[in-house]
Amino acid sequence: MFDTLSDRLTATFRTLRGKGRLSDADIDETLREIRIALLEADVSLSVVREFVSAVRERARAEELSKALNPAQQIVKIVNDELVTILGGQTRVLRFAKKPPTVIMLAGLQGSGKTTLAGKLAVWLKSQGHTPMLVAADLQRPNAVTQLQVVAQQAGVAAYAPQPGNGVGDPVEVAKQSVEVAAHHLHDVVIVDTAGRLGVDTELMQQAADIKAAVDPDEVLFVVDAMIGQDAVNTAKAFAEGVGFDGVVLTKLDGDARGGAALSIARVIGTPIMFASNGEKLADFDVFHPDRMAGRILDMGDMLTLIEQAERHLDREESQKAASKLLGLGGGEFGLQDFLGQMQAVRRMGPLSKVFGMLPGMGQMREQIDAIDEREIDRIEAIIFSMTPAERANVSILNGSRRARIAKGAGVQVSDVNNLVNRFVEARKMMQSMGGMMGAGPGAARKGRTSPAAKKKGRGVSGNPAKRSQPAPTSQPALKAPDPSVFGAGGLPATEAELAEAMKGFQLPPEMQQFLSPKNKGPR
Amino acid sequence: MNPVYWLVIAAAVIVVLVAAVLVVRSRGKALPPVEERPVLPPVGPTRPVEEEAEPPAIAGTAKPSTKALDVPEAPASRLVRLRRRLAGSQNALARGLADLLSQDRIDAATWDNFETTLITSDLGVGPATELTTRLRQRLAVDGVVDPVKAHDVLRQELIALVGPDLDRTVHSVGAPGPDGEDLPGVVLVVGVNGTGKTTTVGKLARVLVAEGRTVVLGAADTFRAAAADQLTTWGERVGVETVRGAEGADPASVAYTAVAAGRDSGADVVLVDTAGRLHTKTGLMDELGKVKRVIEKVAPVTEVLLVLDATTGQNGLVQARTFAEVVDVTGIVLTKLDGSAKGGIVVQVQRELGVPVKLIGLGEGVDDLAPFDAAQFVDGVLGD
Repeated sequence: MFDTLSDRLTATFRTLRGKGRLSDADIDETLREIRIALLEADVSLSVVREFVSAVRERARAEELSKALNPAQQIVKIVNDELVTILGGQTRVLRFAKKPPTVIMLAGLQGSGKTTLAGKLAVWLKSQGHTPMLVAADLQRPNAVTQLQVVAQQAGVAAYAPQPGNGVGDPVEVAKQSVEVAAHHLHDVVIVDTAGRLGVDTELMQQAADIKAAVDPDEVLFVVDAMIGQDAVNTAKAFAEGVGFDGVVLTKLDGDARGGAALSIARVIGTPIMFASNGEKLADFDVFHPDRMAGRILDMGDMLTLIEQAERHLDREESQKAASKLLGLGGGEFGLQDFLGQMQAVRRMGPLSKVFGMLPGMGQMREQIDAIDEREIDRIEAIIFSMTPAERANVSILNGSRRARIAKGAGVQVSDVNNLVNRFVEARKMMQSMGGMMGAGPGAARKGRTSPAAKKKGRGVSGNPAKRSQPAPTSQPALKAPDPSVFGAGGLPATEAELAEAMKGFQLPPEMQQFLSPKNKGPR
Repeated sequence: MNPVYWLVIAAAVIVVLVAAVLVVRSRGKALPPVEERPVLPPVGPTRPVEEEAEPPAIAGTAKPSTKALDVPEAPASRLVRLRRRLAGSQNALARGLADLLSQDRIDAATWDNFETTLITSDLGVGPATELTTRLRQRLAVDGVVDPVKAHDVLRQELIALVGPDLDRTVHSVGAPGPDGEDLPGVVLVVGVNGTGKTTTVGKLARVLVAEGRTVVLGAADTFRAAAADQLTTWGERVGVETVRGAEGADPASVAYTAVAAGRDSGADVVLVDTAGRLHTKTGLMDELGKVKRVIEKVAPVTEVLLVLDATTGQNGLVQARTFAEVVDVTGIVLTKLDGSAKGGIVVQVQRELGVPVKLIGLGEGVDDLAPFDAAQFVDGVLGD
């Protein structure tokens, strides 16, 4: 049910193998799969229909039948279309010519407006503005207090003249706030309004009144990434009732696929301006259409993975482990390093999730789903039962030591043997790969090469799509004429290039073979 | 053999890869001066724009006894009112379905529209297709063209879909402990951020008070700003004590204290509100598991309610599954049903996890929480 679109399309196309060319019926079949995939990502039905017909047009026009790999080709078309809609017209926040700039937040209950007000304030503050938060949510019990606490955490001023809990007039508060801000030299005013339903005419009128009273430069519609088919109705209701200039997508740190973003961008046509992806006030970013597209299609999201890694991993430690693992100096990769890396990965979320974010892992989805986290706990327990010396050098493990470890970890000796044997095998393989890379073109670049860089190079160019791309201009001398698996395609210097490279990332063939379902170990 | 080993090893490799990417990326960034992430300034005294902008809740706590307590609405009249509201709400589903079936001729296009209407209520592609097929078969077999009968069949099928025979009572009666002492019933309320957990706890407290039970609230949401204040305000309105900890305190300890306080004061029910957490945050889910384990040192948890927002789409199923794994959810509260969203996702949740919807939230009013009844719900949706 949660198969990726690529998996499904690959399965569909498998049945067509040998036909030579695709008929219209075949395309229809694939479009049906796309339709279901989009619906499961909560894209609203009307948008899905429109979207699918647009893709159909393009698929026909682009002579899909001649493509070498029709599944990939169609996924690419879908992805492009998504990015076009999502990123159609990104823009930045408009500031008033004469301060204060007024930003008004509106949305359903529980979409995260108050938290977002704080995040926006922190973001604006970091850009040199002096924002002021205005508590115009006088509905929900203690929303005013919450805003005050958030303001305190963000280190900005809050204007809350009314106690809330149903007391006071939000329109009046909003009106006063602009004058107060001007008086206290705050150049941005963020008005946090109460959550309201699109069908609640009374409250929608109130929101419209607030808008009329403060004449905001930006009205931001705050919407939860988890919202389902109702997204369009709600967005429409807000667009008609209040009118908004931009959309903020919240709770993107969950695993909702966020099809609502597409629906809103398509139906209302307002750009999605910000994405909020965490509970801390700093977890706030401008919106990236390409990542969202990948997410809606449930394709591997390497960039998000990297971002999460950035948050959870110790860079130096990982780098050290990498060079050890690849046998490029720094000592031997021991079980202690392995343990450290494994724990770091686990901090990033459930392992199945982390693996799922990797592109090219589609064919092993079944195995990924079958991962039992307790099994990993057991592995940890085994390693924990070893002495530091044993962890550093597994070759000293004799029968008696193994028996002791098994006892300590509460497992059988055979489990310990298994872990050790597999670990050694894997390490050997990685080292041989490291050796190959060491001999790659990267070696020509003396002085600038780090093991990690080489590793990266391999990751990038292990696939033909990347190789076909022009090498980054910053390093013209490093064009990769060598089409071998490990030929380095040069270092992507900018983030954009990196993103491009990551799209084409695939596990090296050794790894894929190593992990393939057929090869479940030596026994 | 076990593929897990291979995966774990792969995990290590991935970390290494990612680390490598990080290094590359940091180098790319190094050309312009590295921009610092916005760092939160140390929490200090803010500059209040106006001095009288003091938190109002604190003023309330000072004199709870003098304040007249609200009298919650009796369950019977509540039901009638809420059912009317459900029927009266802008119900595209109801109208859509009824209109379709009251046509003279039901053809393929009608069925297509029918399925579409179901999908737009977040029912999910699978159940929607299934329901359509089943309805179509039944009507074909019976040879029905009569709209009234078609409507009747639809009603039956919808009721079957929401599962009328599940136990939907909220278990709030504690069993006697091992020493024969009376333990309170413990209701733990969990869910992702912003679904309405605190509000649900507040409303549920009112329902229980209306039934003449004594209630203690536990504000184990120590993360979100002012969450405990919000719950305290709910409690004060009906004269219920709220046990709270400092902001950032261990939620498990607050929950423990609350349940222990409930036991010592001989309360009937302890309602524990937890912080909203996304199901993908392993650390937070572990914390939730701990809250439940720690509570059970005092008294068994009689009910774990998962609060789902009716606007939630297909992600609701993943949420429910993860929460069920961690705290063994026994019931669902579907909130914000007074909007235009239908909450169709609960059908899938109910079907896959066997966890019934027990309560529904129908509005912002303090008494807008109702028990879920399959037949009544369907009637409400169909506008009967």
